[in-house]
Amino acid sequence: MAATQVTGTPGEETAAQAAQTEGGTAPAEVDSAQEGHDRPLEAGEAVEEPQSFPVTVIVRRYDPEVDDEPRWVDYDVQMFATERILDALHRIKWEQDPSLAFRRSCAHGVCGSDAMRINGKNRLACKALVKDFDTSKPIYVEAIKGLPLEKDLIVNMEPFFDSFREIQPFLQASSKPEKERHQTIAQRERFDDTTKCILCAACTTSCPVFWTDGQYFGPAAIVNAHRFIFDSRDEASQVRLDILNDREGVWRCRTTFNCTDACPRGIQVTKAIAEVKQAMMTGVKL
Amino acid sequence: MSETSSSLTLPDPTPRKTTFSGTLYRGNEGMWSWVLHRITGVAIYFFLLVHVLDTALIRVSPEAYNAVMATYKNPVMGLGEVVLVGAVVLHAMNGLRIILVDAWPWATKHQRLLFWIVMGLVAALMLYFTPTHLINVFSPIEGGH
Ligand code: SF4
Ligand code: FES
Repeated sequence: MAATQVTGTPGEETAAQAAQTEGGTAPAEVDSAQEGHDRPLEAGEAVEEPQSFPVTVIVRRYDPEVDDEPRWVDYDVQMFATERILDALHRIKWEQDPSLAFRRSCAHGVCGSDAMRINGKNRLACKALVKDFDTSKPIYVEAIKGLPLEKDLIVNMEPFFDSFREIQPFLQASSKPEKERHQTIAQRERFDDTTKCILCAACTTSCPVFWTDGQYFGPAAIVNAHRFIFDSRDEASQVRLDILNDREGVWRCRTTFNCTDACPRGIQVTKAIAEVKQAMMTGVKL
Repeated sequence: MSETSSSLTLPDPTPRKTTFSGTLYRGNEGMWSWVLHRITGVAIYFFLLVHVLDTALIRVSPEAYNAVMATYKNPVMGLGEVVLVGAVVLHAMNGLRIILVDAWPWATKHQRLLFWIVMGLVAALMLYFTPTHLINVFSPIEGGH
């Protein structure tokens, strides 16, 4: 039926056709993206494809059933610059040596399970990028120091969590609010920094005082005490200050700032500890 | 390796064993200032211990005291005194820094700068003290102590 119809239905002429037939008021042809589409394409600048390169990772292994002492074992892995040390550990575990033991869960810096000492500094393996290391040299990975070593990169975190529990990390208030407990922006801001802690233990196990004195509460416990001590809604600040005024409390801190450097959340740990010290001397200033 | 291999028979990794026990923690200025503070503190403590003992000797026997004092009057001791004064100055200056870092928020924030200020002050004081002291030590005139 419509197979032979070549022209459009009347009244559907294009603007150009109309211009031709009526004597030329059609818009000048514009340079469009399509223009010259039939010309040969020029090759764009070559985009370099990311290349993987070999990286030597030396892991401090320890199997309590076999080894008396931890031992360093070398692995060669192919890595891309944008990958993380955690990917290197995965590659080792999945492709080379399934017996390698380490903790990780979220792989995105949220859960705090993969703190380890990478080239002599405590870092989250899932946040340590290969490109930030000098890959012409081996990368050393070992368990965090000061907590009992269980296997390879896994330590017993219980002593760490015990200290955390001891400072009563929960809101304590006697009254019951009608709806909610109000707080001004400034009051919330006061302890904002210390709410970011993910309990990874990178700070506590970077502290030279903690290495030699496992009884020391450690930066992480003090950070989490700080979070409630300076919370205007909380009523047990004094209780926590008394706990931390102990021999093994905040006064053990010698301000080495290793914890501030190690914290993957960028918490100003030593500053928080100093604020708790000051609160002990001059009272809590909210 | 064209055949499929079970994951249970993965090729043995070829571990090259490296023998050393652990890496040194790579701390920054704060950690090194703490290390220096410890070392100078312990050194000064032992000096004071010996110093109290040799001074106490005068109550036991003045001759023995004089004999001990005579052994102190040699150039090696003179150099030792430079080290001692250096340790005391560093410990004192860094001690002030630590008090500030603990008590004053500005100092907590700028502890690195303060560390280098402390090092600068110690260097300046020692540059002033060492030449004058060594001239005293090595000049032949008998100086009273
Ligand atoms: S303060 Fe930082 S380093 Fe310490 S446990 Fe919390 S998140 Fe980890
Ligand atoms: S795996 Fe969760 S923080 Fe790294």
